[in-house]
Amino acid sequence: MKDNQQTQPLLQVKNLKQYFQLNNGFFSTQVLKAVDDISFDINKGETLGLVGESGCGKTTAGRSILQLYKPTAGEVIFDGKKIEGKATIEAYRQKATMVFQDPYSSLDPRMTVSDIIGEPLDVQNLVSNAAERRERILDLMDKVGLNSEHAARYAHEFSGGQRQRVGIARALATKPEFIVCDEPVSALDVSIQAQIINMFEQLQENMGLTYLFIAHDLLVVRHISDRIAVMYLGHLVELADTDAICDRPLHPYTRALMSAVPMPDPKVARANKRIALSGEIPSPLHAPKGCPFHTRCPHATDACKESMPELKEVESGRLVACHRALEIN
Amino acid sequence: MALLEVTDLHTSFFTDAGEVKAVNGVSFTLEKNKVLGIVGESGSGKSVTAYSIMQILAKAGKIVSGSVKLDGEELVGAPESVMNKIRGNRISIIFQDPMTSLNPTYTIGSQLMEAILLHTGRNRKEAWERAVEMLKLVNVNEPEKRMKQYPYEFSGGMRQRVMIAMALACEPDILIADEPTTALDVTIQAGILELMKDIQKKEGMAIIMITHDLGVVAQLCDEVIVMYAGGICEKGTADDIFYYPKHEYTKGLLSSIPTVDSEYEKLRPIAGTPIDLLNMPAGCPFAPRCENAMKVCIRQAAPLEKVSEGHMAACWMNQKKD
Repeated sequence: MKDNQQTQPLLQVKNLKQYFQLNNGFFSTQVLKAVDDISFDINKGETLGLVGESGCGKTTAGRSILQLYKPTAGEVIFDGKKIEGKATIEAYRQKATMVFQDPYSSLDPRMTVSDIIGEPLDVQNLVSNAAERRERILDLMDKVGLNSEHAARYAHEFSGGQRQRVGIARALATKPEFIVCDEPVSALDVSIQAQIINMFEQLQENMGLTYLFIAHDLLVVRHISDRIAVMYLGHLVELADTDAICDRPLHPYTRALMSAVPMPDPKVARANKRIALSGEIPSPLHAPKGCPFHTRCPHATDACKESMPELKEVESGRLVACHRALEIN
Repeated sequence: MALLEVTDLHTSFFTDAGEVKAVNGVSFTLEKNKVLGIVGESGSGKSVTAYSIMQILAKAGKIVSGSVKLDGEELVGAPESVMNKIRGNRISIIFQDPMTSLNPTYTIGSQLMEAILLHTGRNRKEAWERAVEMLKLVNVNEPEKRMKQYPYEFSGGMRQRVMIAMALACEPDILIADEPTTALDVTIQAGILELMKDIQKKEGMAIIMITHDLGVVAQLCDEVIVMYAGGICEKGTADDIFYYPKHEYTKGLLSSIPTVDSEYEKLRPIAGTPIDLLNMPAGCPFAPRCENAMKVCIRQAAPLEKVSEGHMAACWMNQKKD
């Protein structure tokens, strides 16, 4: 992907905020800051991994980027064009699609596979007649390794892996350039997971796709991503090339996260020294003041309790949001 | 004598669609102080094996044949009164989902005390003290205050700690952990696994760790059983399984998972889809997905045979003369 870096990124996210208003009865409202001021770019043909623990806002980030939620503030710029207004959003939805986590609940049980895959074609008026529609659907099924004889079947007749293939075919129907993959393999068995990961890589090679790959399994993310972004409590805390962030994480949270991954290798696992974190993730409703991580950080100082560190470039291509990133490493 | 001895266990579910042989001839022994991992994908029979040991199968499920001996005492066919004394007392289980395994209408304290009052001679005050002691053991802060709280006031990781405390309250000989960390985040998971290992060393109990996550196995287990379609395809020490796998399925599993070194390579997945237990093939159940399947594999399943000391595999490949 290195040669693309000089050109304009395919997708730019600038100061994106996604707040949800919660009504807890009369006159009492709370604001949940699910995504709080995140910015990053994704280059064409690249896979950006987005990791973090449950509740960190990674799924919300993916959804607001696709305008499935209306962002509270911030900009999403796709192919140089700012995404706002109905017409732009409609056109954007052809170019940017999504694969969901749960292959069981993300497919309509009353629709046949061919209708599920064909729905985006109908909605976006991409085919002019039934024969063309059928041809496109069969071509998509072939791309994701589904047998064309199964076009008239319903989702419940398929295994988890095959359902996820249907979900991917649906995401590919509008010939997108960018796909948000939200935990696309976490519901699948190990042997099937590998089939789907390989297919994502194959499709990327063949079609020049760009992925935002959201997952909590760090080994999967490491395998598939060119760069990795780490989120904590709605904030981006670190972003760097895959090797750099996995081998030498700079943010204290990333370091704890990486050291907690159970390695599927007994000798490595025995030798691994885990950096234990005290406490649990605070609720995003009561996010701490200052650095969001200071309540659990072994290196926190008074400055960390007061001011929020900015995400800055500490080395070429390495962004870290930590006051003490250079001192502690 | 082994602490737990399971011999040729067969458990089936009798459904409208026919008999599902969920566990199909499983034998193993578990010694004191050991952590045994059972790995396999969904439907491999790993959980049903554990539920059969505890005899907590769903209504349609039944142990068809085989034997489960705890300290030499036969449990299969034992009356319910005997099993009640064993469950939660000598063998405990923790389940995958800490969100649904606690009763939302009772306090944590009363749920913790239930097992203690039932299985030990302690009175309420002593049971309370024991419960507080258990919460301390699993690193729950302010245990006295926590005793009076309800499950909804606990996070996922904390609930799983409570489940472990509950399972260990009566000092069981065996703790069965059925995917105990699958629903948890990775930093929380690491804490729970370390806690289990520490307590296991301190209390000297045996653990049966059921998981699909080979990382968890590598971290925790002394011995490993790999299951596929209700049967054992390989068993050995963790090093045997990870470094010298002798069954094609184990090899396939290991090459399916991304590792640090696989970053620039393609994963090598196992072809095909998981087996349909209602339509089991005649020979080796893995043969339809095995890239090295031979004629004999399709005709006849290979017996589980010794490949080296303490390492067994059920694969004809090991007998191939080349």
